[in-house]
Amino acid sequence: MGLQESLASKKFVVTSEIGPPKGTNIEEMLHDAELLRGRVDGINVTDLQSSVMRLGSLAVCHLLKEKGLEPIFQMTCRDRNRLALQADLLSAYVLGIKNVLALTGDYASLGDHPQAKPVFDLDSVSLLGVIKKLEAGTDMVGGPLNGAPKFFVGAVVNPGGNPVEAQIIKMEKKISAGASFFQTQAVYDVGAFEKFMERVAPFKVPVLGGIILLKSAGMARFMNKNVAGVFVPEPLIQKMAKAEDRAKTSIEIAAELIKELKGMCQGVHIMPIGWESKVPAVLDAAKL
Amino acid sequence: MLLSQQKPLEEILKSMEGETNIFILGCNGCAEASGTGGRPQVLEMKKELEKDGKKVTGFTVVDLLCEKALVQSRLRGKAKEVKDADSILAMTCGVGVQAVAAVSNKVTHPACNTIPLGGMRGEWRGSERCRECGDCVLEATGGICPLTACSKYLLNGACGGTTKEGKCEVDPEMECGWRLIYERLEKLGQMEKLRQIYEPKDHSKMMPPKGLRLTERWALEQGK
Repeated sequence: MGLQESLASKKFVVTSEIGPPKGTNIEEMLHDAELLRGRVDGINVTDLQSSVMRLGSLAVCHLLKEKGLEPIFQMTCRDRNRLALQADLLSAYVLGIKNVLALTGDYASLGDHPQAKPVFDLDSVSLLGVIKKLEAGTDMVGGPLNGAPKFFVGAVVNPGGNPVEAQIIKMEKKISAGASFFQTQAVYDVGAFEKFMERVAPFKVPVLGGIILLKSAGMARFMNKNVAGVFVPEPLIQKMAKAEDRAKTSIEIAAELIKELKGMCQGVHIMPIGWESKVPAVLDAAKL
Repeated sequence: MLLSQQKPLEEILKSMEGETNIFILGCNGCAEASGTGGRPQVLEMKKELEKDGKKVTGFTVVDLLCEKALVQSRLRGKAKEVKDADSILAMTCGVGVQAVAAVSNKVTHPACNTIPLGGMRGEWRGSERCRECGDCVLEATGGICPLTACSKYLLNGACGGTTKEGKCEVDPEMECGWRLIYERLEKLGQMEKLRQIYEPKDHSKMMPPKGLRLTERWALEQGK
């Protein structure tokens, strides 16, 4: 069952992600992907995550597809202009990639090539519009295509945005531009997320709540300070600080969050950030 | 020096849809030199607006609309005319429009596009910056330019990178431009503008037109 069918079936959907390596050694990444086989409904492949140069998302999505996994091609507007974005979308389609996640992307100076020229020729909303046009058989300026692609397209939203109302307005724009599902920034503050979900429920578009595995109390504090829209409540930080086995505690916290989110949204998107091997244990603990 | 060109009249009139009373501001600086915002153009615009059934509550031509302090002091002398207006039409460059929007608390319509000259012109501008994109979007963004106020020059709203303090995650010293736009539009009662989807910029308009690629004075002479 593909991601689109999984979401349509109204079951509780789980997606996770793998980050391509910096270099050509792909064994570990493919091993991580194998751990997710049969456990998740889709696997995001990040697009030069954190603006760090590495193996590209498109090639890795293709490798996953060949292995019978369900990749979600993350596509940011940071590194490609409108020609390259459209070309890569056509490339993805002929390589059998169906799911696309359209993002604006982190700013270039946050990564390992701060000297780079940031592109942002399109933004997430206009990229969604371009995908729709390609599907209708033309490029973004109306030139006819010899063969049109068909995708299942998602987008992201930050429930902790400031102000959150601006994020909700943009979410609606993304829906009208063609987004069929959403993955969110990491959620730790369940109460705030519940309020957000009440606001966006009328849109009737599936939302997968974001789960980032906490690795330490320090990481939680770092995110609180530096990652926009992420708020880890103090009790969770204390739990990590006191943990004897941090991985075990992290898995417990993630599973607990997933259980709480279960009544609020249609699924979760687990971002392990280096702890890919722990995702099956999280799912076990969450009884998924 | 910033070179400007008047937007098509239909576009200007469309931006004023639903409004009756307009205050017109011209600029005796670059806009006068460009032939887009001096006294003759202001009077011509007044005639056009009246022909369209608008009431021009007043007008004035300020030496430099990019100077917020100057704009503020000149508008003080026209307080009633400005107050009676639904909006201000600013016949000036992108910096001038932003300066007027910042000090007037009024919906400020840009009457001009700022034409790219393709380089620095040895001047210090205030906090308002103009990308000289050739297709001014200030109408849609409460008079704050997203091309210069947002790190990613986004046209469709903030990314997920606005910090708790309302700054840009790229640079903690920098305000999130889209938060400023959001707050401005909220204050102006124009939140519906946030819901519109804006098409990607036409970057060909951001290149200096061939005839303007030499010196600025030459550009001015040729531009008219």
